[in-house]
Amino acid sequence: MNKSIGNEMYTLRINGQDRAVKDAWVGESLLYVLRERLDLPGAKGACEQGECGSCTVIMDGDAVCSCLVMAATAVGADIVTVEGLIEKDPSMAATAEVIAGQITDVQQAFIEEGGVQCGFCTPGLIVAVHHLLDKNPDPTELEVKESISGNICRCTGYGRIFAAVEAVIQVRKASR
Amino acid sequence: MTVAVPLSLNEAFDELSRTPDARLIQGGTDLMVEINFNHVKPVDVIALRRIKELRTWHVNSNNTITIGSGVPYQEMEMGQLKELLPALAEAARTVGSPQIRAAGTLGGNLGTCSPAGDGLPVLFALDAIVHLQSLESSRDLSIHEFMLGVKRNARNANEIITGVTVPVLDGWQGYAKVGVRNAMVISVASACLAVDISSHSVRIALGAVGPTIIRCRDAETWIAQQFDLTSTTSIDRSIAQEFGRRVALESKPIDDHRSTAEYRRHAVGVLAQRLITRAYPS
Repeated sequence: MNKSIGNEMYTLRINGQDRAVKDAWVGESLLYVLRERLDLPGAKGACEQGECGSCTVIMDGDAVCSCLVMAATAVGADIVTVEGLIEKDPSMAATAEVIAGQITDVQQAFIEEGGVQCGFCTPGLIVAVHHLLDKNPDPTELEVKESISGNICRCTGYGRIFAAVEAVIQVRKASR
Repeated sequence: MTVAVPLSLNEAFDELSRTPDARLIQGGTDLMVEINFNHVKPVDVIALRRIKELRTWHVNSNNTITIGSGVPYQEMEMGQLKELLPALAEAARTVGSPQIRAAGTLGGNLGTCSPAGDGLPVLFALDAIVHLQSLESSRDLSIHEFMLGVKRNARNANEIITGVTVPVLDGWQGYAKVGVRNAMVISVASACLAVDISSHSVRIALGAVGPTIIRCRDAETWIAQQFDLTSTTSIDRSIAQEFGRRVALESKPIDDHRSTAEYRRHAVGVLAQRLITRAYPS
């Protein structure tokens, strides 16, 4: 059993690395720990109640809202944040080294198709889209819509986001 | 504050006997909201998400299904569970978003016992049995005895909800809900309808229109007398309408931040009419 008492240290597995969380209150959300304790500010905090999806991360293969995960209970889980997606990008050669600032095919498509406006929802959407395409490389329009139904964007009206997803699907198909 | 992450039920009971007032957390979609907004500050928390035995389900020999309290909603939306329990699959798919369905569980719905919990009307329509276990003993309770009121249930502090058992019925079943949009809403009103041809019964359970989930016994008795469930494939629109009217009469909604009593009463009537029409198209 894993047990965290008071301010004792615990360790989370994030983007393939063990990260120690020290001097933290154990009731903190994973979102708070990522942003304020581990210097991973990609996941955004907005609603803090699982409504907006801007804090989406991958935990043990599922897209989840990190604001609803008590960080100390995620000990032993494999967590991937938007910062770690580049390592898993299928467009990267297995041996290629990640260069700082390098972005994934999904991120590139969001830029090219105009899927980013204010940008606050973008990291959550990028994680949700990566998660969708990992599980289902050729989704229907409804499957795309449903997969990002938990990610709220108040700028784009979603049209440019769907265009970005479609662009990634086509590029990945062509390279298969 | 302490946080324990037991890997088995035995470890969880050990922990629960050490910290008897601990809050149990499954997917976190309810408790973490309360914590994030400083509505509660628990002293001790026991997280159940890594207990494998709670995250499984199986078909029993008597044509019932036992679903562990830690099975996430996303598993009920598809595959064999969807085929066997279509109403549960429909209800699961209306829960929040994919992110919420990856985390949320029936155990959490039962533990929280909100009348708006989407899994609960299905459990009421199917007369589910809730399995509770403590260090010393275990007991089975009918869902009707388990849910006592708004966010109140019959679980003792030393017990863990381990799962539910529901029958595989012979007949159409479905779930419908009203909210302000399609995705990511908490029910304003919801209903689960399940036909069981072998017992010649139609069950309808309503969510978010009373302090507990409501089974509409009068409307159920009335509809089962209107036609032969075995041989009928369609019913008159007037029967569906009257069914909806009778169901609405049995609801006990209130005005709150999500809707008004008047709208909810109207909405459950419409939902009931729609569901019976899906079962028996007019």
